[in-house]
Amino acid sequence: MSAELTAVAQQLTDEPVAPRGRLRLAAGRLAGSRGALAGLVVLGLLFLLAFVGPYLTPWDYAAPDYANLRQPPSGEHWFGTNGLGQDVFAQTVRGLQKSLVIGLLVAVLSTGLASLVGACAGYFGGWTDRVLTFLVDLLLIFPAFLVIAVLSPRLRGSGWIAFVLLLAVFNWMVTARVVRSMTRSLREREFVAAARYMGVGPFRIIWRHVLPNVSSFLIIDATVTVGGAVMSEAALSYFGFGVRPPDVSLGTLLAAGAADAPVFPWLFYFAAGLLVLFVLAVNLVGDGLRDALDPTAAAGRHRPRRRSRRRPTTPARRSTP
Amino acid sequence: MTRYLAGRLGYYAALLTAAVFLSYALTGTALGPRAYFEAKQPRPSAAAVDRQLTALNLNDRTPVVERFGTWANGLLHGDLGRTIHGTAVNEEFGRRIWVSLRLLLVGSLLGMLLGVAAGAWSAVRQYRLSDRALTVLSFVLLSTPVFLLALLLKNGAIAAKNAAGHEVIPFTGYETPNLAGGIGTHLADWALHLLLPTLSLALGGLATYSRYQRATMLDVLGADYLRTAEAKGLTRGRALLKHGLRTAVIPMTTMFAYAFLGLFTGAAFTETIFGWHGMGEWFIQAVNEQDVNSVAAVNLFAAVVVLAAGFLADALHAALDPRVRTA
Amino acid sequence: MTTPPPTPTAPLLTVRGLTVDFDGHPAVRGVDLDLHRGETLGLVGESGSGKSVTALAVLGLLPATARTGGSVRLDGRELLGLPARQLATVRGRRIAMVFQDPLSAFTPVHRIGDQIAEAVRIHQDVGRAAARRRAADLLDLVGIPDPARALDAFPHEFSGGMRQRAMIAMAVANEPDVLLADEPTTALDVTIQAQVLDVLRTARRESGAALVLVSHDLGVIAGSADRVAVMYAGRIVETAPVDELFAAPRHPYTLGLIGAVPRPDGRGGPLVPIPGRPPAAGEPAGPGCAFADRCPLVEDRCRTAEPPLTGTDADIGSGPGEHRAACVRADHLAATRPAPAEVYPVPALPAAVPRPRAARDSVLTVRGLTRSFPRHRGGLLRRRAGEVHAVDGVDLDVRQGETLGLVGESGSGKSTTLYEILRLAAPQGGRIELLGQDTATLDRAAVRRLRSRVQIVFQDPAASLDPRMPVGDVLAEPLLAQRTPKAEARRRVPELLRQVGLDPAHADRYPHEFSGGQRQRISIARALAVRPDLLVLDEPVSALDVSVQAGVLNLLQQLKAELGLAYLFVSHDLAVVRHLADRVAVMYLGRTVESGTAARVLDRPRHPYTRALLAAVPLPDPPAERARPRLLLAGDPPSPAERHLGCPFRTRCPVHPTLTPDRRTRCATETPPALPAAPGVDHTAACHYPD
Repeated sequence: MSAELTAVAQQLTDEPVAPRGRLRLAAGRLAGSRGALAGLVVLGLLFLLAFVGPYLTPWDYAAPDYANLRQPPSGEHWFGTNGLGQDVFAQTVRGLQKSLVIGLLVAVLSTGLASLVGACAGYFGGWTDRVLTFLVDLLLIFPAFLVIAVLSPRLRGSGWIAFVLLLAVFNWMVTARVVRSMTRSLREREFVAAARYMGVGPFRIIWRHVLPNVSSFLIIDATVTVGGAVMSEAALSYFGFGVRPPDVSLGTLLAAGAADAPVFPWLFYFAAGLLVLFVLAVNLVGDGLRDALDPTAAAGRHRPRRRSRRRPTTPARRSTP
Repeated sequence: MTRYLAGRLGYYAALLTAAVFLSYALTGTALGPRAYFEAKQPRPSAAAVDRQLTALNLNDRTPVVERFGTWANGLLHGDLGRTIHGTAVNEEFGRRIWVSLRLLLVGSLLGMLLGVAAGAWSAVRQYRLSDRALTVLSFVLLSTPVFLLALLLKNGAIAAKNAAGHEVIPFTGYETPNLAGGIGTHLADWALHLLLPTLSLALGGLATYSRYQRATMLDVLGADYLRTAEAKGLTRGRALLKHGLRTAVIPMTTMFAYAFLGLFTGAAFTETIFGWHGMGEWFIQAVNEQDVNSVAAVNLFAAVVVLAAGFLADALHAALDPRVRTA
Repeated sequence: MTTPPPTPTAPLLTVRGLTVDFDGHPAVRGVDLDLHRGETLGLVGESGSGKSVTALAVLGLLPATARTGGSVRLDGRELLGLPARQLATVRGRRIAMVFQDPLSAFTPVHRIGDQIAEAVRIHQDVGRAAARRRAADLLDLVGIPDPARALDAFPHEFSGGMRQRAMIAMAVANEPDVLLADEPTTALDVTIQAQVLDVLRTARRESGAALVLVSHDLGVIAGSADRVAVMYAGRIVETAPVDELFAAPRHPYTLGLIGAVPRPDGRGGPLVPIPGRPPAAGEPAGPGCAFADRCPLVEDRCRTAEPPLTGTDADIGSGPGEHRAACVRADHLAATRPAPAEVYPVPALPAAVPRPRAARDSVLTVRGLTRSFPRHRGGLLRRRAGEVHAVDGVDLDVRQGETLGLVGESGSGKSTTLYEILRLAAPQGGRIELLGQDTATLDRAAVRRLRSRVQIVFQDPAASLDPRMPVGDVLAEPLLAQRTPKAEARRRVPELLRQVGLDPAHADRYPHEFSGGQRQRISIARALAVRPDLLVLDEPVSALDVSVQAGVLNLLQQLKAELGLAYLFVSHDLAVVRHLADRVAVMYLGRTVESGTAARVLDRPRHPYTRALLAAVPLPDPPAERARPRLLLAGDPPSPAERHLGCPFRTRCPVHPTLTPDRRTRCATETPPALPAAPGVDHTAACHYPD
């Protein structure tokens, strides 16, 4: 108690110290998270490998070395060669480039789109909600795969960026529906009402109150999407709708190597290992970010839940289980 | 309840119309049947190509809305048009739809039932060894794309065949051609052929459903009404079954509709890999052949299946949860 | 219920040395209780005191993470550690439980009748049809109209009061020996609370069960219990027969609790807050008395050892009549019998010297406000299916420097009225004048200027502060919304925190790092940030513990005097309103039925509804509570979806049936206007036959 009093007294004499903002507090918490730092370092190293790697080896990812077919890793071919004599290391780093960019870009784009549409539909309600929900449902019932398959021959010229966009455009709908329903319950929460009665504008409320409160879900969703996008890319590429030979991605390498994995493990496990490492690093960063944004994360997880007393005037705000 | 479901049905009809039009417009403009005919040897004259395209309602010089009108008119009369080879789409459709439906129905039901059971069990045994094992397994399954899973299963079956010297589990087609024997033999043959493709579809569903069911079940485990049930004198097990699981499966109905979305894509891979002549395989073939009418037919099928699943999910939801009926 | 003579028989239920840990955090630390046949034991305490955990531990209903120790014996048979199957035969049969929140305590997907019949069939070998008949009888016993039809209802189709009645019916289905009621009326309105307590008494009488009534509400305990045990930080700190406990508490905590509760009859003097806050459940305790940090009578020896629960030297003998306290100063308190204000420091509140009412400016005037909501059905093509008349004729007057208490049950339209005022737009019907401006005539710029002059404080401080925002940002937000420069907004933050009695150094903390009372202070600081003229307070203390609530109420009074604020204070708690308000308006079914100065409305109510409302509030004073005439309102308020011809209250009015037929016709056909008691007197009532 006396410590508090002296603190108060000090405040009175000192220049009033302005409080730090939310972003700086969250950044500080993120920097303090060991897992997130480790994840960031691994991601950095992966990017380094992907973009510097090709210059480390004399072999080109597409050029065959007919003298060495299906050779295990050696000094010359670090990750060995495949059935065409192509260097697996060169292919792997080339594939890693593609997969890193595809995975991260698709995740960011689709989660961003989902949160924008979902939050707007949920917050504004009425016709905005009805139109956006119809749009979301419409996109949902067209299987993404069909559209991408139909469109991909058209987009062959514009390269994999178009492919990234397609994957993102057909990946956000379920997330948007979840964000919408979360926003609808947040909209009824008193702190949002308080902001409204203070005269805070709707987009500012979405940005400052709604999105931070669904951020845990958004981050988990984005990290899952990273892995999912790499997998979808692999699946589409398998049928020739995505990355096309001679170009490669981790997904196409996995698909090509899977059958040979028991006999020629280097064709499969280098790509698989890097993919797992990538997804793991993204998850670590995501976890750290989520905890940094959630102030209650570290404190009192195990405290027995206290039953709050509900009074009659509280409108029932329970979500249906 | 009927009113609620009628409302949903109307909404789905609107969605279906919009989706069918958009997918037709997309396929009609993105695919190039003209190039397919022009590439024929000997090269036909431009007029001949035009004639052929018009006859098949594929001419890109006709506005796409008009082509859609012709196609939709046919659809209303039960005619899906002609394939690019001039055969009736209806015929192909009729042949393939049962192949696909068999796979989709069995795969989704199996995945759902196993997933719900595994998830509920996992939740009740939270943090025990079995729960952790199931968690790891489902994460591995979730991060394995269907096509990879299918390939691995097929490889396994091939390895088994090589080891045993004869086919242990069939991995191509949906029936043994020219099989002699009664209805029992045929059914057993079908079931055996269904095994691997169904498994490759169901395992993904199992993983997804079990995660969600585990989460909803965990929510329910702390619910007040479960405590009430126990306070009445029900044993934990009976309380969980009668009051817990019943409530915890309600949110799963929404999942059921969503899971069907991915399932169709998965079926396309599975069919191709296991040599099933179903809708998915047809679709990939049709896209490569620039066969607009066939693609449109598959799109229609996919949209109807997904919406039917959605409607079924709504009906199930209304049946399970008295609170929606009055909404 | 009168105090029975001490019974020499062995107690029915004996609890000895009960301990409960959650992951090593103690929630209950050695509780001893005796319950005799036919007796009502009140278990009172604030949140986190371990009272509910104690009740649940008796039946072994705690979650799996809890570790329970000690002994619970029913008729000599040990219940702790009993195999699940044997315990199941005791639960619901010998000991039954009534839970706090009846909406979540019923399985939402099963019909009420099936759930009650299930309770019957678990323990009795009867057929489906017989169990159903029994369920209908039970619903009839607890006063649910048309029980045969009610059997087929789902829990969400029942009102809160009906659900709690059904819950009681289910609990007494097998005529248990012990009934455990965990905060059975906390989620209910005061008139419904009175009904449910009555039902609980009936049920107890019919089944002959002993009752353990767990509550945080001293009033409820005073009116229902024979004997009381007060819990603090996981232990019983005092136990005594109810009259003795309230008349001569021997533990400073009990004394403080009694001093912190406002009384609806206006007696009891200024509120005495207990400093500090109650420890949260599982918070590690030091070696000494858990209350030492908040205790005004603390001595050095309190900090070294926890005092045992004993009687004083003057007491001899044992039995249920015994008075015991766990305090080294118990003898002193027993001997001197001080008033709470003599022990606890009473805060000096600056006395507001208001000018006469007529000389003060009007802050808010509401005339004939109406608001109805369309009811929709169907999905995409939504059709209108009637209207809910949430607000149907409200008149309010607030002048500068005064507090208007707005009183009514849930569903009376209080909150809708507030939100209509805060919308700062033209109301659907009627007229709102805020600081001299008609809200129907405002343009956007005027709305923004006016926003800063009316601010709101919500009921639940946990819900009204964004959990993801540090307190500094929370306090700066209204300023930024008023386009105050960022730097200046930041500078105001420490000043605001000081104003509400918080440490300015805590601006970087997040809301969850504060206690409930502190969070409500933050809400108040946020509302004060833009220097408003009118504060709208929506149940600002009802989510707080009693000992903390007094502090917040005192803060509100202090701020009002210092800043010359006007308050529109909404509450269901007449005692709090009595304490804080200068004027009172009572709402029923969307209308103001009575209004005037607090002294007149609450001491000499004219409308029968106000009288019933006042009669339903339990007094924290056992003899007074027992002597009070009971005036139970029948049933629930009617649905606001139907418009009523005539007086909307007549369906529940206790006066109406006593009137002559022609006078009754007038109630049924004419809507009573709000008329003053006498010309020029500030006291109106909307009743044809006011007293």
